[in-house]
Amino acid sequence: MSAVIDSHGQAHDHHGGGYGGIMRWITTTNHKDIGTLYLWFSFIMFMTGGAMAMVIRAELFEPGLQFVNPDFFNQLTTMHGLIMVFGAIMPAFVGFANWQIPMMIGAPDMAFARMNNWSFWLLPFAASMLMLSFFMPGGAPGVGWTLYAPLTVQMGMGMDLTIFAIHLLGMSSIMGSINIITTILNMRAPGMTLMRMPLFCWTWLITAYMLLAAMPVFAGAVTMTLTDRHFGTSFFNAAGGGDPVLYQHIFWFFGHPEVYIIALPAFGVISQVIPAFSRKPLFGYASMVYATSAIAILSFMVWAHHMYTVGMPVTGQLFFMYATMLIAAPTGVKVFNWVATMWRGSLSFETPMLFACGFLFLFTLGGFTGLVLALVPVDIQLQDTYYVVAHFHYVMVAGALFSAFAGIYFWLPKWTGRMYDETLGKWHFWLSMIFFNMIFFVQHFLGLAGMPRRIPDYPLMFETWNKISSIGAFGFGLTQLLFLYIVLKAIRSGEKAPQRPWEGADSIDWTMIPTPAPYHTFETPPVIK
Amino acid sequence: MNQTLLDERGRENRRMLVKLFVVALAMFGFGFALVPFYDKICKALGVNNFIAPDAVQANTQVDLARSVTIELDANTHNLAWRFRPMVRHLTVHPGELAQIEYEIANVRDVPVTAQAVPSYGPQRAGQYFRKLECFCFTQQTLAGGETRRMPVVFLIDPALPKDVNTITLSYTFFEVPGTSKERS
Repeated sequence: MSAVIDSHGQAHDHHGGGYGGIMRWITTTNHKDIGTLYLWFSFIMFMTGGAMAMVIRAELFEPGLQFVNPDFFNQLTTMHGLIMVFGAIMPAFVGFANWQIPMMIGAPDMAFARMNNWSFWLLPFAASMLMLSFFMPGGAPGVGWTLYAPLTVQMGMGMDLTIFAIHLLGMSSIMGSINIITTILNMRAPGMTLMRMPLFCWTWLITAYMLLAAMPVFAGAVTMTLTDRHFGTSFFNAAGGGDPVLYQHIFWFFGHPEVYIIALPAFGVISQVIPAFSRKPLFGYASMVYATSAIAILSFMVWAHHMYTVGMPVTGQLFFMYATMLIAAPTGVKVFNWVATMWRGSLSFETPMLFACGFLFLFTLGGFTGLVLALVPVDIQLQDTYYVVAHFHYVMVAGALFSAFAGIYFWLPKWTGRMYDETLGKWHFWLSMIFFNMIFFVQHFLGLAGMPRRIPDYPLMFETWNKISSIGAFGFGLTQLLFLYIVLKAIRSGEKAPQRPWEGADSIDWTMIPTPAPYHTFETPPVIK
Repeated sequence: MNQTLLDERGRENRRMLVKLFVVALAMFGFGFALVPFYDKICKALGVNNFIAPDAVQANTQVDLARSVTIELDANTHNLAWRFRPMVRHLTVHPGELAQIEYEIANVRDVPVTAQAVPSYGPQRAGQYFRKLECFCFTQQTLAGGETRRMPVVFLIDPALPKDVNTITLSYTFFEVPGTSKERS
C-alpha cells in the first residue's frame, strides 16, 4: 500500500515518530494509515474465511464424505463465520470510518489517535489466536460461530484461544467505537451541525453506540463460558444448576444488534453512493436518520427470534415475532428513500453504483426472507436449515460486502489519486452478482426442502442444487481475485483521478480536500456554510 | 486553531472517553446481570423449572396394576471397549425405583474417554424414562485395561401411555474426540 503514500510525494513530517518501512505502519497514528491497515487486514481475513468456504462447498459438492472429516467440517463452518463477521466485515467498515469520518466532518484526525493505533493492532493478534486454535489438540471449536453452550464447555483448548481472541476483538471494537463517537460529537468543524453530516457519519455514530452496548455483553457471555470451563462456575452447565438456554439469550442480545452493527455502516455507504450517481441530494435525509435510530433501538428488543424453538412461552414468541416484523418499517423507509433518490435522477452506472443497485435488490430480498423467518410457525420448520443460511448470506454478502465493494470503488480515487479500471470493475460486479445468486438463491430451495445446515453430508435428493451452489461458490471466490487485481492495478498504474471523479458527490471530503487526499487534512478546521 | 482551544478539546475528548468507557463497563456488568434476571423471569412465567422435583413426586404413586418390561442393550461406536448390561431385561411397575448395572472394559492399553448416548424404543417412551443417576450423564475415562461397573437408577413415569408394555433402553458409547492420548 506504500504506493498510496508515495504518490502524494509528501516530504513533511511523518507520523509514528518518523519511522520508515514496517515500523511506520506499526507506530502510525494517522487516521488514513490506520484506515488503510484496517482495509487490508479485512481483505486478508476475507480471503482466509473465503478459502474455508471453498473447502466447505467442495465437501458439499457431492453427497458423502470426500475431502474433510465431519469434525473438521464443523471447525471450518465455525471459523468461516467468526472470521467473516469479526475479521472481514466489521474491520472493513471501521476502515471506511477511519478514512472518511474525519474528512467528512472536517476534523484533522480521530479524537484518540494512539488508541486508534491500538485498536487496530489488537486485530492481527486476535486473528492469529483464532487461526492457532486449528493446531490445538481437538482442533478449532466446531460449535458454530454462535458458540452455543453446552458444546463450548466441553471443547478442547482451541475454545480457550477463541474466547481470548473474542476478548481482544471486543476490546478493539469498543475502543474503535469510543473513538468514533468522540470524533463525531466533539471534533466537527464549525458549522458542521449533526444534521448536516453525511449520512455515513450518522450511521456510524449510531453503530458505534450499538457496539458499545452489545460487544461487552458478548465479552461477558464468553467470559462465563471460560469460567464454566475452568473455574467451576455453572452459568450454562445444567448439572450445576445453570442453563444452556441462558447462553443463547445472552448471545443473541449481542448477536441481533450485531447484524445491524454490520448493516448500518453498509446503509451509510449506500446513502453516499446512490445520491452521487443519481446527481440528486439524498431523499428524506432526516427520515433516514430517524429510521437508522429506530432500527438500532428495535434491534435490542428482538433477539429471541433466533431461538423460537428453545421452548419459550407463546406470549414470548408473539412479542418477538411482532417486534421483529416492526423492524421492516424503518428498513422500508430506507429502501423507499434510496429508490426515491434515484427517481428522476440523472443516473449513471459506474461500478460503485452497480454495486449499490445490486445491494438494493439483494438486500431487500434478504430482508423479505428475514420477514418469512420472523413468523414463528414458519421458523419452526426452517430453523437451522439452508433457508436461514441463504437469508443471512443475502444480508451479509449482498448487503454488507457489496456495499463495501461500492465504498472501495467510490472512494479509491480519493484515497489513492488513481482511478480503477472501469471495464474490469463492471466485470467484477456482474460476475459477483451472478455467482452470488448461483450460490445462495438455490439454498432457499434446499432449506425449504429440509436440508439442515452445518452438516457435511446430505441425502441424494439435494445433489443438484448443492452442485450449482458449489460451482457458484468457486466462481465467486475466483472473482474476488479479480477484485484484488483491480485494486492493485489502480494503485500501481491507474489513470490519475480528477479532483472530483464523481461530479454528483458533494460532501466536503470531495469539495474541500484535494484528490488524492494529502496525509494531513483539515489541520485548520474548515468553516461550513 | 490556537493552543488553548486544542487543550480544551483534548480535555473534552478525555471526559467523553471516560464516560463511554463507563458505559462499556456497565454493559459488561449487564451481561452478568442477565443471569439472575433470567432466573426471575423464568420463575415469574413458570417456564423452565427443570429442577422441579416432578420425578420424585411421581414416585409416591407406584402403579402396581401395570408392569413394564425394560430391555437393555449396549453398543460401542468405533471404540475398543467391551460394554454390556449385567441383566438383559427386567420388569418394573411404573413409579417404582429400579437400579441396573452395566460393565465396561477398556481393552486397549491406553486411557480413553468416551460418553454414552441413550436412545429409546419406542422413541416416545424416552420422555417417561426418568433417570436419577446414570453413567451417561458424564464422560467416562477408563485407564488402559480397566474394567468398571456402573449403575443406572431410574423409574418409569406412571403417565406412560397404556399401550407401551416394553421399553428398550439402548446405550451407545462414543469416543470423545481429542481426549485420547494416542490415536488408534
